[in-house]
Amino acid sequence: MKNVLVNLEHISKTYDNHMVLDDLNLYIRENEFLTLLGPSGCGKTTTLRILGGFEQPDTGKVIFDGADITCLPANKRPLNTVFQKYALFTHMNIAENIAFGLKIKNKTKDYINDKIKYALKLVNLDGYEKRMPDSLSGGQQQRIAIARAIVNEPRLLLLDEPLGALDLKLRQDMQYELIRLKNELGITFIYVTHDQEEALTMSDTIVVMNQGYIQQIGSPERIYNEPENAFVADFIGDSNIIGGTMIQDRLVEILGARFACVDEGFGQNKPVDVVIRPEDVELVKPEAGTIQGVVSHIIFKGVHYEMEVQASGFEWLVHSTRMFPVGTPVGIQVEPFNIQIMNKPESEDEEAVKTDE
Amino acid sequence: MNKKMLSLPYLFWCAAFIIIPLCMVVYYGLTDKTGAFTLANIAAIATAEHSKALWFSLLLSLAGTIICLLLAYPLAMILSGMKVSQHSFIVLIFILPMWMNFLLRTMAWETLLEKNGIINTVLRFLHLPSLNIINTPSAIILGMVYNFLPFMVLPIYNALTKIDPNVVNAAKDLGAGSIQTFLRIIFPLSLPGVISGITMVFVPALTTFVISTLLGGSKILLIGNVIEQEFTQTGNWHLGSGLSIVLMIFILLNMVLSAIFDKEGEGATL
Amino acid sequence: MKNAARRIYIVLIFIFMYAPIATLGVLSFNASKSRAKWGGFTIKWYLSLFKNEEIMRALWNTLSIALISSVVATVVGTVSCIAIQSMKKKGRAIIIGITNIPMLNADIVTGISLMLLFIVLGIRLGFFTILLAHITFNIPYVILSVMPRMKQLNPSVYEAALDLGASHVQAFFKVIFPDILPGILSGFLMAFTMSLDDFIITYFTKGPGIDTLSTKIYTEVRKGIKPEMYALSTIIFVVVLVLLFLVNRTPKEKPAK
Repeated sequence: MKNVLVNLEHISKTYDNHMVLDDLNLYIRENEFLTLLGPSGCGKTTTLRILGGFEQPDTGKVIFDGADITCLPANKRPLNTVFQKYALFTHMNIAENIAFGLKIKNKTKDYINDKIKYALKLVNLDGYEKRMPDSLSGGQQQRIAIARAIVNEPRLLLLDEPLGALDLKLRQDMQYELIRLKNELGITFIYVTHDQEEALTMSDTIVVMNQGYIQQIGSPERIYNEPENAFVADFIGDSNIIGGTMIQDRLVEILGARFACVDEGFGQNKPVDVVIRPEDVELVKPEAGTIQGVVSHIIFKGVHYEMEVQASGFEWLVHSTRMFPVGTPVGIQVEPFNIQIMNKPESEDEEAVKTDE
Repeated sequence: MNKKMLSLPYLFWCAAFIIIPLCMVVYYGLTDKTGAFTLANIAAIATAEHSKALWFSLLLSLAGTIICLLLAYPLAMILSGMKVSQHSFIVLIFILPMWMNFLLRTMAWETLLEKNGIINTVLRFLHLPSLNIINTPSAIILGMVYNFLPFMVLPIYNALTKIDPNVVNAAKDLGAGSIQTFLRIIFPLSLPGVISGITMVFVPALTTFVISTLLGGSKILLIGNVIEQEFTQTGNWHLGSGLSIVLMIFILLNMVLSAIFDKEGEGATL
Repeated sequence: MKNAARRIYIVLIFIFMYAPIATLGVLSFNASKSRAKWGGFTIKWYLSLFKNEEIMRALWNTLSIALISSVVATVVGTVSCIAIQSMKKKGRAIIIGITNIPMLNADIVTGISLMLLFIVLGIRLGFFTILLAHITFNIPYVILSVMPRMKQLNPSVYEAALDLGASHVQAFFKVIFPDILPGILSGFLMAFTMSLDDFIITYFTKGPGIDTLSTKIYTEVRKGIKPEMYALSTIIFVVVLVLLFLVNRTPKEKPAK
């Protein structure tokens, strides 16, 4: 297990009587690609700004490599940030932008020039030294922002929705680029985004946040396959979230029908939420299904068809490579290991989110 | 096609009331009373009386501009850093006073600055040395600063508010302290505003004849006073126009300099 | 500490800007005709003000010139903005360059040049010439405040209106106009204020026998300014102050704090 690089302990932050972070605890391991994921206003950017030193927490500590840096100003911290919309210095050319941090640290001219060359090569923009930031495309500006940060050899790089302003294709290219950079440089990345696909693609660890609380921490696979609550299930990918009752271990009742599942330890006759991913819903002949319904809607999506099935008063979202025309009576079947059981939300906050989503 | 015709009235207006009048100033400036071409009116700037007035104008307007800049920059910084109701504040400080006639406002300084005026009464009360600047160049500089300060603050303020706070954060993130951040990032980025502020203060200060008349007594002649007298008292339009051309050369010089520094024309609007 | 320093600085600037205004306000209640000494409190200048025909006429001239010139400038300026917007880059640069001339040139030169023009053309200097001059220096203020609004407009909006069956005129008034209205209004207010406060250009383009408040004050400077002038400008100032206060008071929904 790698060393813990950063530790956030009991961080709370309030703006104008509005609680943005509430007793947040989080540690980040060295060389990890950690993503803070959540809807806007969930506190992810505030967390990043507290790490960067642009914001002071009301309570709590930021521990970096064993040292308390809570009160250290931004310009003294051994980490760098890639800002939303790049924040390049428009009155300096690319070389001057990249050299900025090194000049502040009084590095020699030769060292700086070498670093500029190296950094531009790393982000695939050799020869751009004399260009001005305004003459570059969004994707290129983004790379410069990254280059400007990494020449300082930070042990931790903070990225605040760095791809948000780019179009889809470019965003996907940049995702691979970032993963490559991270592997080449061997530094720790903390990445903030509201885009779940981006988070799933790049991260070693995802921290799902909502309303100032951490909802779940885990690997992308775990977060996707085993969401711990309805918020996570709903926020990550499409899903059918159905209220049900846990009859006993490994047996759950949804919409009046009993399904076998693999979860244990919820107790007997306990109300629960059940998550079933649309690609895990199998459509079969009516008589072969656990529940019977009728296809009410169908859209062709390329890799699959997206269908809605009305069954037992619930509108099921189904992804399937097989096509069932609207009006076809179908049966619904789900493999036990594809049924994810979750406790009903306890706090009001979690409930609230579901409705305003 | 249709839409472009809409510009005709304005183009006509520009030609009639901007271009042609300026050409007439040039024409009068380059001819004598018989209509013959001459450079004498322009060369007249070299006479002791005129060159002294021009030199004095340059000196005072430069001093006024620098003081304006020194006063305005911190104010613009404070205003741009304020979170609430900057706009009504600016209106209160700068726009509202304009509704009090500018001649009266300038004159009021005379009352304030007089030997037994309000300021000296206060100074005496505080046992401080009295301030005797009325009818001196210092009073004229004060009048310039008072009248033209808004033209310095507004462009700088505009330029400062345009700076993305994350750019400032980025500088700090890269290790720059407050002073370095100011010198390397904030000030250079606000430069277009500073330049256009300088232009907007320097030109009216250089050419004023009202402030010097009101606050300088009748002792101090600025180039503006000389030109005004040529037109309203002496009646020598040719000489007045010639001196105006000299003045315009300085204005033009100022504009060219600012154009070089302010390539994007960001500070151009008030 | 830092905040206190900031506040003190703002207060100092505020005092600097308002000291003369306060002085004038006090002088308007001064029973003595001399500016130099306080002769007791009186409101007689406020009463005699309205009987002073010269001042009333100057006030009327000032207001009517400011109003007419800013209205004309607003119309011409707005129409030109539409035209400028549809021009190619080069034409636009030229016309904006010309527009900047009166803004950047010295007032004294603008005044002199217009005076020469009027005299050479044989137009008698008077109300009309002042008006023409004011329109000339007001148009740039309108253009400079409408233009940025115009640039923000989505060009498709106008086309969408046409597509939905509006005529060009309808499309302008129903779609473009409401969007640029704030720019037009602020341009108008700017022009009105500038016209009201102008002295130099008026001074050169006015003939004998006509005065605005500015030129009247200037001629009175040597003889000693009539205290009614202080009273009048105090009234104007207070009226504008109250208006501004009311405007800022009413519609804005700001979070209570």
